Amino acid sequence: MELFQANNIVKEYAGHVALSSVSISVKEASVFGLLGPNGAGKTTLIRIINQITAPDSGELFFDGRRLKADDISQIGYLPEERGLYKKMKVGEQALYLAQLKGMSKNDALKSLKYWFEKFEIQAWWGKKVEELSKGMAQKVQFITTVIHKPKLLIFDEPFTGFDPINTNLIKNEILELKKQGTTIIFSTHNMSSVEEICDHIALINQSKKILDGQIDTVKEKFKTNTFEVVYRGETPDLHHRLGHGFNILEQVRTAHLNQMKIQFNNGQSNNELLKLLMNQFEIVSFKEIIPSMNEVFIHVVEQSNRENKL
Amino acid sequence: MNKSLLILKREYLTRVKKKSFIIMTLLVPVIMAALTILPAYLATMDDSEERTIAVYDPTSLILNKIESTEFTKFHYIPEQEYNELNKNFKSGKFYALLFVPTNILTTNQAELISDKQITFDIKNLISDRIENIIESEKRQQVINETGVPDLEKKLAATRTRIKLNTIKLGDKGEAVKSSTEMAMAIGYAAGFLIYMFVFIYGTMVMKGVMEEKSSRIVEVIISSVKPFQLLFGKIIGIGLVGLTQIAIWIVLGTAIITGVAAYMGQGSAETAIQAQNIMSGSQAMEQMGAASPVKENMVLDIIQMVGNLNIPLIIFALFFYFIGGFLLYASLMGAIGSAVDSDEDAQQMMLPVTMPLIFSIIILFAVAKNPEGPLAFWASMIPFTSPVTMMVRIPYGIPAWEILLSMSILVGTILGTIWVAGKIYRTGILMYGKKVTLKEIGKWLFYKN
Repeated sequence: MELFQANNIVKEYAGHVALSSVSISVKEASVFGLLGPNGAGKTTLIRIINQITAPDSGELFFDGRRLKADDISQIGYLPEERGLYKKMKVGEQALYLAQLKGMSKNDALKSLKYWFEKFEIQAWWGKKVEELSKGMAQKVQFITTVIHKPKLLIFDEPFTGFDPINTNLIKNEILELKKQGTTIIFSTHNMSSVEEICDHIALINQSKKILDGQIDTVKEKFKTNTFEVVYRGETPDLHHRLGHGFNILEQVRTAHLNQMKIQFNNGQSNNELLKLLMNQFEIVSFKEIIPSMNEVFIHVVEQSNRENKL
Repeated sequence: MNKSLLILKREYLTRVKKKSFIIMTLLVPVIMAALTILPAYLATMDDSEERTIAVYDPTSLILNKIESTEFTKFHYIPEQEYNELNKNFKSGKFYALLFVPTNILTTNQAELISDKQITFDIKNLISDRIENIIESEKRQQVINETGVPDLEKKLAATRTRIKLNTIKLGDKGEAVKSSTEMAMAIGYAAGFLIYMFVFIYGTMVMKGVMEEKSSRIVEVIISSVKPFQLLFGKIIGIGLVGLTQIAIWIVLGTAIITGVAAYMGQGSAETAIQAQNIMSGSQAMEQMGAASPVKENMVLDIIQMVGNLNIPLIIFALFFYFIGGFLLYASLMGAIGSAVDSDEDAQQMMLPVTMPLIFSIIILFAVAKNPEGPLAFWASMIPFTSPVTMMVRIPYGIPAWEILLSMSILVGTILGTIWVAGKIYRTGILMYGKKVTLKEIGKWLFYKN
C-alpha cells in the first residue's frame, strides 16, 4: 500500500521551472531513493512534501487521503541544510524540537532518554551545541528527526559529516526503522548507499522525472548484455571463430589466465553464449555485468541532458 | 498557535537568562542613578580640613563681624604681626592672610595671601562674607544720609523676581496650570525611550533571524511550524524581553531615586539649618525666609503641573506607540534578517529601513519647539516616524482626532508590513549564498505560498 503519493506536481519560481509534472508514489515500510544531480528539483519536491512550500498544481496524498497541514506531525525531515542553535544546550534543544513536533514534554523526555542511551551520548545533554563536533551534532539532529516516531521520514543527504563508523550506525538505524514499518524517502548523491538501502528509486533531472522503478528492475533494464569471462588457453582469431553478433570490449592476458569483457547483441540466452564459449577454451569464471547505480545515474542523466539540448 | 507559544517561550527565556541581559538590566539603572546623583552628592560633601585665616583689618570694618565656620576660623592680628607675615608667608599656623585695605569701600578690593593655591570654597566663603558686610555698611551709610525711616525694609521689598505662570484653558474654559518645560521634558524622554527600544530590540529580531538562517536550523523548524508562526513567536518573544527590561528599569530606577531622595532630603535639611546658624545678620535670615516659600511653591507647582498633564493618556500612548513602533520595525528587520547572509549585507539593507526612525530623532527638537506646526503634524501621521514624534507632541495636548488618526494609520501599516515581511521572510530564510537585491525581494512578494 502507498503511504505517500504525489501526482503531477508543478512548481515554478519567477520564470524558472523547478518541477514539471513530477509524480512519485512511495510504498509503506520501504525506502524510496530520490535521486538527481544538483539543482534538479529534489529539494523543492521534498519541501513540498513537508509543506514548506506549496506546489503550483498537483495533488499530494498521505496515508490514503489528501495531505493536510496536521500531517507534518507524522513526518520527520532531516534537511540537507541543517543545524542547531549553537548557544543552546543539547538536551534543552532536543526537547524543544520534539515539542515543536507536537510531543508532550514527558513523552519527549522519555523518548530522548532512550535515544541518547542508544547512541551513548547521555554525557552531551548539558553541553552547548557549539562544543560538539560536526559528527556529534549530526547525531543529535538524527535523533530530533526520528524522535516523534513519524510514519514518513525524509532524509536529505543524511551521511554528510559522518565518519564511516557513524555512517554505518545511521545506516543500520534507517534499516531498523524500515523494519519497524516506517516509510523513508532518502535523497543522496552517494549511489553506493542507495544500492544498500533503497528498495525503489526515482531520478529527477532538470525538473523532470526521467527514471522510476524497483532498484533491481532499474538495474536489469540498464544492463548491456556484457559478461566478464576468465579462461585458460590460447584464443587466436576469436572474433572470427565466434562469428557475428559479438563484441569483445576488452582483453587482458596474464601469465596463466586470460580475461575478457564480451557483449552480445542478439537475443541469445546466457546459456547459449556459455555453450558457444565452452567450445573455444576452458572457462574459469563467467559473470554477467550488472550496472551499478552509479553507472545507471551517469548514463541516464547524460542521455537526458543530450536530449534536452537537441 | 500552541507552537507559536513554544517559540515565544524559547525566544523569551533564552534572552532573559543571558548573563549580558541580567547585567545590563540591573546595571543601567544603577549607573544612571550614579551619574545623576553622584556629582550632586559629592558637591554636598563638606571640606573637613580645619584652617585658620589671619585677618589684618586696619579699617575695622569687618573686625569681629566675619564669623568662623566649623572648619574655617578667623584670627585677627595687629599690624606688626601682619608686617612680619606679609614679608615671608609660610602656611602653618595660618592657612592664609587676609588683608583689608583702608580704601575698600571705594576700590571693592581686598587681598588674600598664601603660598598655596587658595581653594575655591575658601575664596568663595571669604568673598561672600566680606561682600555682605561691605554691602550692609554701604547701605547703612545711604540710609543715614537720606534719613528715610525703614528704608532698608522698603528697599528689600523692591527686589523682584517674575515667575511666569503658563495657563492653559481646559475643555470647559477653566484655567489649568501648565508647564511648557514639563511637557517638553516628558515628550523628550518618551520619544527617546521609544527610539532606543525600537532600535535595540528591532536589531535583536534581525540578529535572531540571521542566527537561525546561518546556523541552518530554520529549515528544521519550519518543517514543524509555519514560517509565519516562527517569525511571530520571535517578534513577540523579543518584544516581551524589551518590556521586561523597561519594567525592571522603571521599578529599580524609581526605587533608587526615591531612596536617594529621601536620604538626600534629610541631608539637605540639615545643611540648611547649619547655613542659617552660620549666617549672621538679619539680612541673611531674611534671604532664607524669602527663599523657602518660593522653593515650596515650586515643588507644589511641579506636582500640580504633572497632575494637570493627561497622565493616563500619556501612559496609554507611550505603551501604544512603544508596541506599535516595535512591531512595525521589528517585522521589517526580521524580513531583512531573512534576506541576507552576512552582517555587512544586513547593515546595508538596514539603512533605508531605519532612516525614518533616525529622522524622527533628528526632528525631535523642532517638534518640541513647535508641536502644532506642519512638520510635527505630518511626522506624527506618517507611521514610520509617528511613534517618536507623536509621543513628543502628546504632553502638549493635541486634538483627539489627530491621535486617533495617527494610531489608526499605524495599526493599518503594521498589518500591511507584517504581511509583506512574512512574504519576504518565507522565501528569504531558505535562500542561501545569493546576494539579494531589493528588486529580487520585490519579486518574492508575488511568489505563491
